[in-house]
Amino acid sequence: MATQLPEFSDYKYGFRDKDVSVYRSKRGLSREVVEEISRLKGEPDWMLEFRLKALEQFYKMPMPSSLNSKWFSLLPGKLDELNFDDITYYVKPSERQGRSWDEVPDEIKKTFDKLGIPEAEQKFLAGVSAQYESEVVYHNMQKELEEQGVIFCDTDTAVKEYPELLKEYFGTVVPPSDNKFAALNSAVWSGGSFIYVPKGVKCEVPLQAYFRINSENMGQFERTLIIADEGSFVHYVEGCTAPIYSTDSLHSAVVEIIVKDSARCRYTTIQNWAPNIYNLVTKRAVCESHAHMEWVDGNIGSKLTMKYPAVIMKGEGGKADVLSIAVAGKNQHQDAGAKVVALAPNCTSTIISKSISKQGGKVTYRGLTSFGRNSQGSKANVKCDTLILDNESTSDTIPYNEIKNDNITLEHEATVSKVSEDQLFYLMSRGLSEDEATQMIIMGFIEPFTKELPMEYAVEMNRLIKFEMEGSIG
Amino acid sequence: MSVPKLTIKDLHVAIEGKEILKGVNLEVKGGEIHAIMGPNGTGKSTLASALMGHPKYEVTSGSVTIDNEDLLEMEVDERARAGLFLAMQYPSEISGVTNSDFLRSALNAKRGEGNEISLMKFIRQLDKKMELLEMDESFATRYLNEGFSGGEKKRNEILQLMMLQPRIAILDEIDSGLDIDALKVVAKGVNSMRDPEFGCLIITHYQRLLNYIKPDYVHVFMQGRIVKSGGPELAERLEAEGYDWVKEELGIEDEAANPSV
Repeated sequence: MATQLPEFSDYKYGFRDKDVSVYRSKRGLSREVVEEISRLKGEPDWMLEFRLKALEQFYKMPMPSSLNSKWFSLLPGKLDELNFDDITYYVKPSERQGRSWDEVPDEIKKTFDKLGIPEAEQKFLAGVSAQYESEVVYHNMQKELEEQGVIFCDTDTAVKEYPELLKEYFGTVVPPSDNKFAALNSAVWSGGSFIYVPKGVKCEVPLQAYFRINSENMGQFERTLIIADEGSFVHYVEGCTAPIYSTDSLHSAVVEIIVKDSARCRYTTIQNWAPNIYNLVTKRAVCESHAHMEWVDGNIGSKLTMKYPAVIMKGEGGKADVLSIAVAGKNQHQDAGAKVVALAPNCTSTIISKSISKQGGKVTYRGLTSFGRNSQGSKANVKCDTLILDNESTSDTIPYNEIKNDNITLEHEATVSKVSEDQLFYLMSRGLSEDEATQMIIMGFIEPFTKELPMEYAVEMNRLIKFEMEGSIG
Repeated sequence: MSVPKLTIKDLHVAIEGKEILKGVNLEVKGGEIHAIMGPNGTGKSTLASALMGHPKYEVTSGSVTIDNEDLLEMEVDERARAGLFLAMQYPSEISGVTNSDFLRSALNAKRGEGNEISLMKFIRQLDKKMELLEMDESFATRYLNEGFSGGEKKRNEILQLMMLQPRIAILDEIDSGLDIDALKVVAKGVNSMRDPEFGCLIITHYQRLLNYIKPDYVHVFMQGRIVKSGGPELAERLEAEGYDWVKEELGIEDEAANPSV
């Protein structure tokens, strides 16, 4: 009765364009590859040094596993299948950065067309920074933003044009030594967004970047740095769809955010990866006093996602909200969660995690709530809900709490549920088919997430979920 | 449109192998309101759920047709689209789905692709019907039945009935837990549906509801089947005298569907 879920080859955005790249580094990782990347980008020496030190770190660090890290207990073996020598670390898609739409090569335009970029732009875009393969090729910014003194460019450009800001902040929130994949990213990073919002400036429309991987077996290592200066506000939106490949592809990004006194930053991501992608991402924000960081994070697809958006509240009255959904299907594992760390008094944080597993998929919520010695009066509220759609699928909840101050409040609530027979009966008795009824229940389940998305992303999100859920029941 | 007709013939239904309905015969036609009354545990609600097709209930023999189509061959949603509606005693709560989104989806599922109701027309209809049922505007945007009181849920069932305009409706203990004002409102809603193209089967414990919705036929349910039928006067006598005289008259000692339980 139910239609089959689209298999591997039917992946919706799995179209591939002819490779138009000008330069492609040879497979595998070495000092020479890192030097070549830096040379091709014409980087200053300090960045090359940063990369090379990070490479040393990478070699020294072990692969994360439940054997060497308490944090990674119950991590499944999928990571062992990843071969670092089998990945291309840098692909430069065109000679120079396209400034206007007319200058963007046709092949690339076609890809964007398929992803609906121009339409999206017409609607709501403040600035487009669409990453194609490893480097930003098209970048457009509305005049108002520039007039307000907001900087929004790709990080490669920022290294050259804003060296003072970069030297001051780059690698300070997520140092290369943080974890093996942060070290890898630091050595071979390319692209990503750089945003600086000056004191008191509120960006009223979201800044958006739309990017995708498009080279077989190519790692994508973008590096994003956002600085929201005192009293400012910025909403950055990132949506991803990646085409399908026959061999595994690695995506390992680092996102660093500095939210200064009384500033607010919201970072929204929807990632819909093809089922062969490793998505191993380090995202972290530091909040100064009365600063507010919000991560809104949607993870659909991929072979393995490991992502725990973090907020370190180091100033008094810091605020952190992490809202995430994860959907895992056949052969997929979503190992996602959040980390909130209160280092100062009266910080508040909320984590809401919604996970769905189906057709043998596995979802893990892995979360940290940490209260430092100085965190009196701080509060954290964690809510993890899982919806399991069939008997082959599984979920785990692994919460860690570190409490070094007696005067704090921590609430943790976790639910695991199935789509109930009575709910289906109720909806179907009003004329909805079993698929429609199931979808409706799932949409309702993730509604706390979708209602936080900008309108066009909410529509896209609902479409993706519907597509993912077709035939999941029955 | 033709006059709707629900025909139940010698219906036997079991739950987990235990027979609950033991040969129900009944015909409900457009323009008629039938009431099924009876003590607890006699199988009244089983009849309602089995007709709608709840997977827990297994039809072991007998037949049911709606407009001469075999109802028992249909999936739950097909039964709904064929014109059957069940106002439930315990409606499910669906978090994150607003009442109005749900209603519009249900309405469109019935109308079919390409024939969807326009948003403005839908809102106008919804507003009108909510007003008749004295429901606050906020009901449209609240999540389906989530956090609703018992009475609010019942009102919401009647709202769905009025919006979906089925050909045959079964109201399963729609009066339970209602105060007299809410009961009047619910009755007003049901009465507004009276039409030659609408038939209704009311399952109730008490005669009270029937003061406000006048039935054309009253049936007494015991031991998993209809044991006595009559007009509205039967309901009044049951209210005044209870069920003992029926049992005596028919020589029934234990009225339950499954006396061993």
